[in-house]
Amino acid sequence: MKTLRRDPLVRGLGLASAALGIPQVAKPADVARGIGVAAGPRQRTATVAVGVRELTAAAGLLARPHPVWLWGRVGGDVVDLALLTRTLRRHDGRGLGRTALATAAVAALTTVDVYTAVTRTGKGSETTLTATTTVSNPPEEAYAYWRRLEGLPTFMAHLEEVRRTGATTSHWRASAPFGRTVEWDAEVTEDVPGSVLAWRSLDGADIDNRGEVRFSPAPGGSGTEVHVTLRYALPAGALGRAVARYFGEEPSQQLDDDLRRFKQAVETGEVVRSEGAPAGKRARGEFPQHPARPLTSKELKKLTKLKETLS
Amino acid sequence: MKATCWTGPDSVSVEDVPDPSVLNGRDAVVRITSTAICGSDLHLVDGYVPGMQKGDILGHEFMGEVVEVGAGVDRSKIRVGDRVVVPFPIACGACAACRARLYSCCENSNPNAGLAEKVFGHPTAGIYGYSHLTGGFAGGQAEYARVPFADVNPLVVESDLDDEQLLFLSDVLPTGYMAAEMCDITDGDVVAVWGAGAVGQFAMDSARMLGAAKVIAIDKEPYRLDMAAAQGYETIDFETVDVRSALLDMTGGRGPDKCVDAVGLEATHGSPHVDFYDRAKQAVRAESDRPHALRQAITSCRSGGVVSVVGVYGGLVDKFPVGAWMNRSLTLRAGQCHVHRYMKPLLERIERGEIDPTRVITHRMPLVEAPKGYELFRNKRENCEKIVLSAR
Ligand SMILES: [Zn+2]
Ligand SMILES: [Zn+2]
Repeated sequence: MKTLRRDPLVRGLGLASAALGIPQVAKPADVARGIGVAAGPRQRTATVAVGVRELTAAAGLLARPHPVWLWGRVGGDVVDLALLTRTLRRHDGRGLGRTALATAAVAALTTVDVYTAVTRTGKGSETTLTATTTVSNPPEEAYAYWRRLEGLPTFMAHLEEVRRTGATTSHWRASAPFGRTVEWDAEVTEDVPGSVLAWRSLDGADIDNRGEVRFSPAPGGSGTEVHVTLRYALPAGALGRAVARYFGEEPSQQLDDDLRRFKQAVETGEVVRSEGAPAGKRARGEFPQHPARPLTSKELKKLTKLKETLS
Repeated sequence: MKATCWTGPDSVSVEDVPDPSVLNGRDAVVRITSTAICGSDLHLVDGYVPGMQKGDILGHEFMGEVVEVGAGVDRSKIRVGDRVVVPFPIACGACAACRARLYSCCENSNPNAGLAEKVFGHPTAGIYGYSHLTGGFAGGQAEYARVPFADVNPLVVESDLDDEQLLFLSDVLPTGYMAAEMCDITDGDVVAVWGAGAVGQFAMDSARMLGAAKVIAIDKEPYRLDMAAAQGYETIDFETVDVRSALLDMTGGRGPDKCVDAVGLEATHGSPHVDFYDRAKQAVRAESDRPHALRQAITSCRSGGVVSVVGVYGGLVDKFPVGAWMNRSLTLRAGQCHVHRYMKPLLERIERGEIDPTRVITHRMPLVEAPKGYELFRNKRENCEKIVLSAR
């Protein structure tokens, strides 16, 4: 996940792990003595083990960052603190100050690790959304409507533009909070006409995401079942929460609504509007609703400016 | 244009609002000639239906002349200048529900389907002037209205029948007819109809048309019962007699073969303590609907009979007689009317003189007097049964 990869705190912890791990593996006796611990064979083995663990965490955090590595660090901290507390209790007095200092340092590091793990998990991790609908069109038709990726913004509320950039690649732009937009390049990863379409964002995406639509014949030849799965990584922290709110308190509701509009579009040729919800796909614009009375010419002009296709 | 707007609980006013325009390619704009106030508008005005917003235009029974059609409208079906009656549920014509002719369950015509889904489990069709739960469509108690999927919805009328004979094809006549049709009436059936408003009256007429031997009207308003009696139907005033005993008495102890609930969520009950129970629960939002008529229909119906519900319910009811329903093999059928199914056949019946929709009209007034009309209708003043508003 590239959002974690660019996260300075995650990178910092990765580098710190490396900085701690290398001497622990290379010169365990020096390290043990450095923190005021006797450098017997047992202590040396323990130090090397801790060092190997640190190096693994460093590799994970720097190469393939994932919250699981952060939690791994928290687990390691707990072990370290337990070891150090035991050492402190049985200490013979020589270098006691250094051991206490090391314990305090590990405790501080634990705080940072817990904080990072907590804030980089959940909202910052990958979210999976699924939704399904049945349309009365045959699978080939439903697939073809979706395959014309440029048409996705017609029914997907947050998409502003999808532009084809190659045979299997495209550029996507979606609206984000505070009047900002997020963009990414995507490639089609699976394409079975009339059956499956899958895509994923390419490196450098503002929000990593991938999606998949499966089209299967509904029982009795009554149309097509459409199953959509979207996975995306929301940035962590306050921005992540803002984005999540922006996409709706219930993002799965948003996807349901997107799919409902897909059904409207593929079955009837248009996304249905009412005076109360005149913006059609702009789910955000629908709450609070416009009163169920015709729009003023000013409101109509504003609506036209949204460059919505009136089909 | 002028339009009748909901301005808050118990408050309706005629306001100047912008003219409607084509929002979707398959829209038409209709200049309304006649429109009506419906019993279910009262549920909205009283504030029992969630999702009303101040300024909403009311009305779902209207007809008029097409003055504009969008670029995507199939002009072989409807053109500018056509005289049309507009059915109250908005159908797309393409979804599975529409293909199954379940037009009031259209899967596409409600842009607020997500809201409706939360309340009903699955969304239902959009309806004009009927809260944001059913889509937030501007209503037809106005000079003009926008009609979505114009090549699917309105009935184009070429006959020279006047508005009053045609207008009720938009709702109350087909709704009453569907209530009777759902009863699967066989010759000799006794049919009891709770509620002698316009829908109830048309359910009675339809029941007789479909072969019922005896039709019984249940209400408390003398003028409504008189209106039913004038057609030769028997009557029960639920405020003065016990409904179940009266029904048993009139059916040799069997109970009516078929029962129609044409009342819905704001029913009143002859027995004060039962009425108080539901009113209290409704007031604290512990139940949304008062199902007196429904309960009574279920417990009164003969074993193996059918209870057909067209009265409007919005949410949840309490003390539903599930034991009676299950143990006595009752069939419960319900639905907002799939108006489109019935418009043409009922038009033909009107043309042949088999049914006279105008018999329920008691008041006629210009659109601008709609607030007065609501007041009369709501308080059942001046023997008000059905009001036609003229928008011309
Ligand atoms: Zn009505
Ligand atoms: Zn439909």
